Order: sequence, then structure tokens, then C-alpha cells
Amino acid sequence: MRVNGAQALVKALEAEGVDVMFGYPGGVALPIYDAIWDSGQLRHVLVRHEQGAAHAADGYARATGKTGVCLVTSGPGATNTVTGIANAYMDSIPMVVLTAQVATSVLGTDAFQEVDISGITLPITKHNFLVKNAADLPEVIKQAFHIASTGRPGPVLVDIPVDVSKGEIASFRYPETVGIPGYKPTTRGHAKQVKQAAELIAKARKPMLYAGGGVIASGAAKELKELAELMQLPVTTTLMGKGGFPEDHYLYVGMPGMHGPKYTNYAMTETDLLIAVGVRFDDRVTGKLQTFASKSKIIHVDIDPAEIGKNKPVDVPIVGDARNVLAAITAELRKMAAEPRTEKWMRVIDEWRRRFPLHYHREGAALLPQHVVERIDALTAGRDVVVATEVGQNQMWACQYHKVLGPRTWLSSGGLGTMGYGLPAAIGAQAGRPGSLVIDIAGDGSIQMKSQELATARIYDLPVKVVILNNGFLGMVRQWQELFYDRHYSQSVLSQQVPDFVKLAEAYDWLGLRVTQPGEVDEALVRAFEHDGPALVDCRVEPEENVYPMVAPGGSVDEMLGGIPGGPISDMLDEELLTEVWE
Amino acid sequence: MQHTLSVLVENKPGVLTRVTSLFARRGFNIDSLAVGPTEDPTLSRITIVVNAENTPLEQVTKQLHKLINVIKVQDLDPGEMVDRELVLFKVNAPPERRHEIIEVANVFRGKIVDVGKNSLTIEATGAGDKLAAMEDLFRAYGIKEIARTGKIALSRGLREQ
Ligand SMILES: Cc1ncc(C[n+]2csc(CCOP(=O)(O)OP(=O)(O)O)c2C)c(N)n1
Repeated sequence: MRVNGAQALVKALEAEGVDVMFGYPGGVALPIYDAIWDSGQLRHVLVRHEQGAAHAADGYARATGKTGVCLVTSGPGATNTVTGIANAYMDSIPMVVLTAQVATSVLGTDAFQEVDISGITLPITKHNFLVKNAADLPEVIKQAFHIASTGRPGPVLVDIPVDVSKGEIASFRYPETVGIPGYKPTTRGHAKQVKQAAELIAKARKPMLYAGGGVIASGAAKELKELAELMQLPVTTTLMGKGGFPEDHYLYVGMPGMHGPKYTNYAMTETDLLIAVGVRFDDRVTGKLQTFASKSKIIHVDIDPAEIGKNKPVDVPIVGDARNVLAAITAELRKMAAEPRTEKWMRVIDEWRRRFPLHYHREGAALLPQHVVERIDALTAGRDVVVATEVGQNQMWACQYHKVLGPRTWLSSGGLGTMGYGLPAAIGAQAGRPGSLVIDIAGDGSIQMKSQELATARIYDLPVKVVILNNGFLGMVRQWQELFYDRHYSQSVLSQQVPDFVKLAEAYDWLGLRVTQPGEVDEALVRAFEHDGPALVDCRVEPEENVYPMVAPGGSVDEMLGGIPGGPISDMLDEELLTEVWE
Repeated sequence: MQHTLSVLVENKPGVLTRVTSLFARRGFNIDSLAVGPTEDPTLSRITIVVNAENTPLEQVTKQLHKLINVIKVQDLDPGEMVDRELVLFKVNAPPERRHEIIEVANVFRGKIVDVGKNSLTIEATGAGDKLAAMEDLFRAYGIKEIARTGKIALSRGLREQ
């Protein structure tokens, strides 16, 4: 049967098992939209801005583990996705972005709504394609999904000129295999290095597992837990690794870095063996590189060889899939009959945990953002909950006070730090996980970057919840200005009253609630969570609350501002206990 | 330090941009670049000469490896490669000096490929130092134009079994 390119595209998406995609139409995308009209399987969510489509596809991918898909028109449609693509690229999220393009005959002539989107996205995609013939489409789509979802995942863009969508193909056949000569990710760790790693772990007195997004991407949470429990290794997870290890576990020692708890950063500084898995030694984690984990040997497991040794020299590099490698290391340790020897190290850490917990001043009538997040955490305990965040203080408080218990239940823009990510990501997650309670913890600044997507949630019956920690400021910017720029609140002042978020919610036919006192928090949150539809809670919080503790930009991670006084690490070591560790 | 990278890529549109943009992103200036098809028409070889410290360059070569269209990347060891470059020199040559210039060219086994009223064009191949020496000598006569192909290189057959 003859089909046109657009129909072939839709069949290819169906063959990939795509059940929902996010997009926005326009002139040269119309042949594709016509083919979607005819498809029974493909559900298409019409967003209100193409950036939202990209973030929704990203949120869908993070929450389900499947590749997210979005479709937009040429020119402005395509450029509007750029932030979303960069966001997915920085966080290694599998995504296929389909952009319609002007006809091949006018490519490169500045035709109406033409932009060179493959050129623009060259540095922010794992790969991209410009399709020149309809007959190539099935093969290209096959390759796009393969590249996006394997190895180190990432966004792949496919640019489809309108004559390609309209072009006829004699018959549709979807290839079963892909052959890309230059693309063969290494997934199994080198046996010798795995053995070396196991030997170091067996010997270490003060080991730390430092787990990141790679653990989530490879589905290695179970393997991580097995290794940690076998050898009683304390575990930290990065912002991207949250959910890779249950945060209510005794061995969980927090998120390291700029706004991590002091005890986490002390442990990272004092460790003698850093077992880094699927992480990239980001500057928000390491602070000053020279003093980061400087007493420690480093094992680095990553599927991307370019990450290994990029920022920090490594003693045992292992290129491979986190899940395979962790399982192999655990098997090796079992074979060696290695015994855990971290009891005393855990006592040191416990002592730090006891003396330097996360803390804020609870007294008084003020409504504090930390309290709101704590209540979200408590009121969702035991439920199938997915938490998204925006960017800024809200994100950091969410990191500190919401305990993520399982993989793919945490959506936060890590590498790019994109304000406006949370709401569309939550929408994407809800589309992929209709049964979950999906909550976006937001700032009043960030939510206004993508608030038009309130319409999308309502119209598609995606009952996401938005809790705004409304401080009337670009809070994180204000905090830096307070601490490092003499309180010059230059252009960081918003308003707690404008917009009236409750009215905004109501305008989109959402439930809108307002909270101004600590005593009102629970009732409002419960009402929102139980509401059969999307709901927004505007929490008018203390405007000038800061996120503490904090590593000053470029500082050593053991020298933190705020929080319970203590530090640097040299003052924090209980010599007696430490000598014990070494005995 | 000067490095000669030999990069085997799929022969497809846009591949050269993908490769060079990785250097640009790091702020590396490419000294020379030569591209052409190989024994396999679906593959091209790009030879890139770049001046860079080892550590950042290693990062770039790892990034090159990650490009989907890149098949193989070699940082060629200067002791274990053969390299050549082809240069065309158009030299000022009034009739009374032609003879001298032709002699200089002959010493370096250069070939005269074009003769004009007031110029000679000489083709020369070789490794970098020889071509630099020629250029130096031709300067005395005045060089009107130079075109070079950029270095191409292959690893030596030493280790072949
Ligand atoms: C798109 C974008 N623009 C600017 C920034 C810089 N930035 C980081 S945090 C922040 C303030 C965020 O304010 P808000 O959403 O109100 O959250 P809060 O920090 O108050 O919780 C800004 C402007 C950014 N991360 N993303």
C-alpha cells in the first residue's frame, strides 16, 4: 500500500510504541497533523507553547523511562523548543523532537518560517537528522529512537521538510534492526577494572557511594541498594540521582554540594574512597575541585567515556552501564567474601547527622517554605507520588525536605536549571502515569514562565497539583544579592499579590487555594491532593527566607554558610572516633 | 603541542561541521584540515592539525568519538606516521630571474605547473619542514599567493603483522 511520508512517520511512531506525544501545529507540519488525525493509537497533547511540549516530553520520559516525543512546526515552532532540548541534553533525557521544515527545494533561501534547526541544535542534541527523502523516514525514525534511548541517553531531533511528509513511498516497512557503524556504546565494564574496584571497596575504611542520573537512566536502583547494603556503604545521590536510593534508608546520607546538608559534605570531604556512579562531578556538587574528596581514591563508573576524568583524575575508570557494572562489582565482592567494615565510619557520619541536621527556625507565626515542603512530604507518604520542581530556592527546599523514595518520581532541571520546567514536566509525567499524584513545587517567578500550560492540564484532564512557594521575589537571585551583593535587590523583586494566583487558577478552571498561615497548610494541601482535577495552592511564604546551608560559589564544600555552626572539616573530626575507624 | 588527528567519518552532509564545532567550542584553532573519501566510498578521512595541551585535547577526542557519524579517531604519534602536504606557490618571476627560481624548485623536487608573464607557479609536496624551507627561499623573490591542501597523514605500517 502506498503511503506518504507523514503516514510513514506516524506508523513508525506507532511501531516504536509511542502512546502520547506533545506538540503544536503550523503550516508545514500540517501533512503530519493530518496523518495523526487518522491514527487510532497516537494520543497528541496540544500544549500552549512549544517549549512546554519539549518539557512535557522530557517529564514524560523521566517519569516513565520511555522516550518522550514532541512535534512542532518549522521556524518559530522549532526555535521555541530549543530551551527544552538543551534541558534534556544537559540531563541526558531520551527524547525525539520532530520538527517540520520548509520544502527541500527552498532550503537555505530564508523561505517563510525557515530556520536551520539542525544547525541551531547541533551542540544540544545527541544527534540530529535532516530527512531528504520520504523513503528514508522509517530508517531515520528507527535510528532516532535507538540513539535517544541507548548509551548515554539524550535528545535527537528529526527535521522533516514538507515535501518529504507529502512524498509517496511504495510501501511502509519498519526496519527491525539498526546498523550505525560509529555508534556502539560500551555497556559491560572491563573485568579487570571491576575487580580492582571491588578490591578497593573491600579495603576502604571510609567509602562513599556518589550516585547520579546514570543510576536512574540505567535502572540500577536495585543494584545500587544491593551493593550498598552488602558492604554497608553510605550513599549520597545528586540532584539528578534522587530516587536512585531510598532517602529514608539508614545508609542514605543526603545530596552533596552547594545546598546539601553539612553532614553530606563533611562525609564527601573525609571519604577515602569515592565510588562515583553515573555522575559528572558537576561544579554545583564539587565546589572547589582541588579540595573536593581530596583524601580519596576515586572509582568512576559511567557509560560515557568522555565523562571519566573530565573534571577530576580517576584511579579506577570503568566505562559501562551502571546497572551492569554495579551488579558485577557486587558479584565480585561476594566471590571475595568481602565483609562490611564501615560500622565506625557510619558512627562518625551519625555523629555529624546528629549535630548538623538540616534545620530552620520554626518558631513564630511566619509561614516558612521549608514547612510547606515538609508537609507535602508527610501528607504524600505512602502514596504513588511524583514531585517536579521549578528552579531556584523552591527546588533546593524540595531537595532538602522532600524524601524521594524511588526512581522516576523526581523531575527537576539539573544541568540547565530551567525556570518554567516544572509545570510542563509535571503535565508530561501525569500523561504517562495517570495513576500517580503529580506535584510541582514552584516559585512565583518560575511558574510565570510557563503558566499558559495550566490550560493544557485542565483541558486534557491531567490533575497535576502546583504548590507555589510565593515569596514575591526571584528568591534565589535575591539570596545571592543579599549574601554577595550588599543586599542590592536589583531586578529580583516580583510581587506576592500580582498575579493573584488563585484567580489565575480559577481562570483556567483549576481549583485555587491560598495559604498565609502555618496552620492552614495541611488543610489546603489535602484539599488540593484530593481534588478530582488540577489544583494550585498559593503559599504566601516569608519573603526573605534563605536556603541554608550553602557553599559559597567556588568555595570548598566543607566550608558552608548558615545552618548549625560548624566546619570546616578540620574542626569537625572527632579525633578519637576517627582513630577508631582506622584501628 | 602540535597534534595530528586522523578521524574516520561517515561520508554524509554536515559531518564536517559536527567535527569542527567541537574544536570551536573549546576555543581551539585548527591549523590545518584536509578531507577526502577513503578506500570505502561511504567513509571519509579528516586529518586535523591542532595545537593544544594534551588534557583538553583528550577531552575533545573523546567528544569526537561520541559523534554518531564518527567511526574512529587516532591521535597520530609523530614518530609513527607518514604525513604529506601539497602546496602551490605563485612566485614573482620576471624573465631574468626565472632560471634561479626553477633551480630552487628543483632542489626541493618542486614542479613548475604554470608559467605567467611575471610569475611561476610551483607545486611541491612533502612534510612541514621542507615546505617551510621552500617558502623561506621563495620569499626573497616575492610570493604572490600560496595555497596548501593541509596535512594528510596515515600511521606507519610498522606494526602490521
Ligand atoms: C529561564 C531562567 N532564567 C533565569 C534563571 C536564573 N534564576 C535562577 S533561580 C532564579 C529565581 C527563581 O525565582 P522563583 O521561581 O520565584 O523561585 P524562588 O527562588 O523564589 O524559590 C532565577 C531568575 C534561570 N535559572 N532560568
